[in-house]
Amino acid sequence: MDQEIIKITGLTKSYGTHTVVNNLNLSVNKGEIYGLLGPNGAGKSTTILMLMGLSEPNGGSIRVAGIDPVRQPVDVKRKVGYLPEDVGFYDERTGLDNIFYTGRLNGLSGKEAKEKAMWLLERVGLTDAANKKTGTYSRGMRQRLGLADVLMKSPEVIILDEPTLGLDPEGLRRFLELIVELSREEGLTVLLSSHHLQQVQQVCDRMGLFVSGRLIAEGNVRDLAKTLFSQELISYEAGLYRENQTDAEWERIRQSVVEAIQNTEGVTNFSAEGDRLFWASSLPSGHEIANKIFEAKVGLAYLNKKEFGLDEIYHKYFSTATQ
Amino acid sequence: MMKSKENSLKISAAFNWVNRLFSTGRETSHPFWLIVEKEISDHVRSLRFVIMVALIGLTSAATVYLAMSGLKDAIKPSDPEGSFLFLKLFTVSDGAIPSFHIFIGFLGPLLGISMAFDSINSELGKGTMSRLLAQPIHRDYIINAKFVAAIIVITGLFLCLSLLVTGWGILKIGILPTFSEFCRILALTALNVLYVSFWLNLSIYFSIRFKQPSTSALACIAVWLFVTVFYGMLVSLIARSIAPSEFAMPNQIIAYQKFVQGLGRLVPSQLFSDACTTLLMPSVRSLGPLTMEQLHGAIPSPLGLGQSLLVVWPQLTGLTAATVVCFALSYRSFMRKEIRSR
Repeated sequence: MDQEIIKITGLTKSYGTHTVVNNLNLSVNKGEIYGLLGPNGAGKSTTILMLMGLSEPNGGSIRVAGIDPVRQPVDVKRKVGYLPEDVGFYDERTGLDNIFYTGRLNGLSGKEAKEKAMWLLERVGLTDAANKKTGTYSRGMRQRLGLADVLMKSPEVIILDEPTLGLDPEGLRRFLELIVELSREEGLTVLLSSHHLQQVQQVCDRMGLFVSGRLIAEGNVRDLAKTLFSQELISYEAGLYRENQTDAEWERIRQSVVEAIQNTEGVTNFSAEGDRLFWASSLPSGHEIANKIFEAKVGLAYLNKKEFGLDEIYHKYFSTATQ
Repeated sequence: MMKSKENSLKISAAFNWVNRLFSTGRETSHPFWLIVEKEISDHVRSLRFVIMVALIGLTSAATVYLAMSGLKDAIKPSDPEGSFLFLKLFTVSDGAIPSFHIFIGFLGPLLGISMAFDSINSELGKGTMSRLLAQPIHRDYIINAKFVAAIIVITGLFLCLSLLVTGWGILKIGILPTFSEFCRILALTALNVLYVSFWLNLSIYFSIRFKQPSTSALACIAVWLFVTVFYGMLVSLIARSIAPSEFAMPNQIIAYQKFVQGLGRLVPSQLFSDACTTLLMPSVRSLGPLTMEQLHGAIPSPLGLGQSLLVVWPQLTGLTAATVVCFALSYRSFMRKEIRSR
């Protein structure tokens, strides 16, 4: 199944002097759920538009299911379903009418389109609202209708641009579950973009971190952290356990521990706050320090190694990189 | 035996064909016509269109009613148009209310504008455009379908209007229109459609250029006001300032007249009213100045439809050209537009 269904090589797009997508290489395998993560303005939407043939790249090549969207946009659109960011429907028409129209545009006959629309509406849980005007739909309902709309054409690949935007946490969880469920059932490849790292990483097989037009890391959360933070030191935190020592006695013991740790090789950025000690180290394990604490005859309440995870990735790239 | 089988095959084929013709939604239509279908139903359902139809219907009824009551005063025994009584329904006015074709010339642009001023930008604003473009259709289908759908609706509307007026006229005055009168009425309908389609294309263009529907509506109305009201004033102002003296040479006066007329004809509304007048008044022989020599020996009889059409051919060509230019501009800017989600 490891067949590349989306292959992007050297893709570049610029508006004037501003380069939005810079020499992007990306490949997505068939049947995979791939998350394109990045802060606002990182070039995710632009990449997606180019994948759909809705925007022309300045350089590089794209293949979606073996088709070049620049040359054959209509053929690509037959195989790829696209849910735009903040999808819009004809408000004065019903939900059923809206996706029925999509079905007809994709070459279904009236009867087939109606059957398929009703089935999909049932799948996304909108059967009751099928004959209501989409103007009255809530945000979550519109998003689910959008998913049904995308699936009307029986696509091989679905591309969802910020599908999680504006959904409440529960709605978001259910929506992502629905995507996973439907894509597993139909064997779809899903490419979704988001800046909701936390939620999206739960459903994605692989993710690509996208910052200012470049893909800077790829893989699952651990791979991302490994790529992004390999140069950095590991932070440790230890808590000392104070029994019934007198203040002077405790202060003496604490001081000896502090000195012992400070003099250990590889320890930097040491600081102490009461009975909590912090340091950074290039060592992958904290056992040496633990031994030193035991030698000083002090109880160790806890020793914590801080892994780089989502929060750090988020903090490093998402909160600052919004230019 | 063979023959009967062949026959039954033929019959079943015929049945299939009939079935296909009448069963709705059995077959797959071309996406272009699906979009046209949807656009037409949007137009017909929209409140805006209903209001415009009511407005046009009521003014038409009022003008035709007044024309009927003033008809007997309008016919003079010596009138060369006496035989074209029926066309008077469209041209006669009692002075208080302008005649039918002037009203259409006034309200037609408004109809065109109201149908298309938000055709592209509102779809962009609602986010339906990017969804539509994600379907396997060529991009130009959208703009072509919008144009075709509006033209179909307008044609239907004006055809209905002309035929209703004709029917009402037959009932009221009891005279049947001659074949040539009927042809002139149809030609007038076609002219109305052409004129409205110019405004339609202009407003489609503005709806692509301007992001906000209100901006494009205002821009369209500004152009409409300028063309119908201010341009005439401007031309008469210029005409007054460059008028030759009363004692100037005749050819100078003719050149002046031609210049002023030419200036006036730069706007489509003038072209439309010229063409209307000529089509509805068969006695109109020329739209420019005529010298006495040219009139000498002319028999004061009405022109045939073909001859009238020849007289307004330049106007028709001009209007068509303006419409095509507007469409080409909108086509070009739509095809190059980058469609992002809202």
